[in-house]
Amino acid sequence: MLGRGEVSSVELMAAVIARTKEVDARVRAFNSFDEAGALAQARASDERRAKAGPGGCGPLEGIPVGFKDVISVAGQPLTASSRMLANFVSPYDATVTAKLKAAGAICWGRLNLDEFAMGSSTENSAFQTTCNPWDLARVPGGSSGGSAAAVAAGEAVVSLGSDTGGSIRQPAALCSVVGMKPSYGRVSRYGLIAFASSLDQIGPFARTTQDAATVLAAIAGHDPRDSTSVRLDVPDYNRGIAELARSGRKWRLGIPREYFGEGLDPEVGAAVQAAIDEYRALGCEVREVSLPHTKYAVGAYYIIATAECSSNLARYDGVRYGHRSRDARDALDIYFKSRAEGFGAEVKRRIILGTYVLSSGYYDAYYLRAQKVRTLIRRDFLEAYRDVDAIVTPTSPTPAFLRGDKTSNPLAMYLNDIYTIGVNLAGLPGISIPCGFTRSGLPIGLQVIGQPFKETELLAIAGAYEGRTDWRSRRPDL
Amino acid sequence: MPKPADLDLDHVANLARISLTDEEKARFGAQLGDVLGYIALLNEADVEGVEPTAHAFPVVNVWAQDVPEPGLSVEDALRNAPQRRDNMFAVPKVVD
Repeated sequence: MLGRGEVSSVELMAAVIARTKEVDARVRAFNSFDEAGALAQARASDERRAKAGPGGCGPLEGIPVGFKDVISVAGQPLTASSRMLANFVSPYDATVTAKLKAAGAICWGRLNLDEFAMGSSTENSAFQTTCNPWDLARVPGGSSGGSAAAVAAGEAVVSLGSDTGGSIRQPAALCSVVGMKPSYGRVSRYGLIAFASSLDQIGPFARTTQDAATVLAAIAGHDPRDSTSVRLDVPDYNRGIAELARSGRKWRLGIPREYFGEGLDPEVGAAVQAAIDEYRALGCEVREVSLPHTKYAVGAYYIIATAECSSNLARYDGVRYGHRSRDARDALDIYFKSRAEGFGAEVKRRIILGTYVLSSGYYDAYYLRAQKVRTLIRRDFLEAYRDVDAIVTPTSPTPAFLRGDKTSNPLAMYLNDIYTIGVNLAGLPGISIPCGFTRSGLPIGLQVIGQPFKETELLAIAGAYEGRTDWRSRRPDL
Repeated sequence: MPKPADLDLDHVANLARISLTDEEKARFGAQLGDVLGYIALLNEADVEGVEPTAHAFPVVNVWAQDVPEPGLSVEDALRNAPQRRDNMFAVPKVVD
């Protein structure tokens, strides 16, 4: 519509702002937004479009993008939903931000999350609890709960999140939007607040796989500022997807038996089975596969992720930036008190656990063993990919749970990520797409897990199912 | 594998440079005990002869040309400082 001149970027931005003002008092997806700044960016976009003429602009020109509040946008707040960074302002752009700006996108507001991306419900935010747009009494998932809820509620056209153990895919499932975690190394992490550096990836939220592919194409690619980003060309995802769709390729899909056992909600299981039947109807070959080390994934993850977090969060010492305790008397006191006051309970628990598993006498038993188990989990997937193109599973074992239900039981919260965590440990790309609703109207997500760096195929497979369903046309009643 | 009861919160909190209240110690002790009890499941995994994985796609020897580029200005670098004096970060006295 922007391309055809039916609507200007300023009109689109104004509509998004109006919608946000209308619903965000209830959804609480945003930590902050700069209305005047967003409109100024939209005006600049309209000027660029006028200069470029018809067909002269890319697909993201003038599109408002919401940012999880761990991704730097120069001059905007960067809080990680933590008291530690309550007043921090980004001095520079993340690489993904610079790329989106170059594509003409508008950097819209700052989206809520579990503090430092640690959690599965967005209840660990130091500022506010985000509500699920489909049922305000329930969580939106997490940690990128604000990013998922904003797209579901129409407060952003697309948004960015980060995924360390399921933090994009699980909230996407719980809010009935598309959420994608690219292969590890596909997208630069420069300018992303680090949680667990060997697992973190930035990825898009959108209403459709096509929009997700458009955002991914804009943000992907090697970056000299992130030495773990890979030197691989970025394909034209949407063209590749269209070519695959035309070719009528019959995909081979694996269904891991370990993902359909105890703990899976029956309505979620039934919706995922129905989606698998749709794939069969498309002519895909569906076969059972085994990922035998799945039961160790959550345990290995909570050793590796907390170990890395304890190291990454050591930088918050109250000296150069972030919260500093007013009561600190000497240098050491600054560390102890600033960190005690600045971090919330879940962040403290994870720093403590991570410090413990790395500490003298426990390193081999916990950290080294977890890294070896990680090898086994990764091998499981690569083994399965000898016979199948992708793996299809539920994204989350249950639909959105009630706010307050799991806040006092961290282990119960951790087990929510049981189907998403293995993907991060193995570095694979994964996507969650809407695949139905429970009888009470709660969204259900389907996870498709792809082969390393084969995002085009992954998006094509997800898109094939999406094209046979109409779940994306449903809107929450707000 | 060690037992959940081996977790000495005072020692670990000191290593992590975080002061914990007595209430936090009691609560975190119980919650992390549950988590460590669950993690003990990893003992069942046969890791004999298995190499550890630190990164899913290890990238080694990433070199870059040593070329100076413009960095943050002093003003930008100090903008988020909790306390500053002249062009420096200010901290309480460290040495008498």
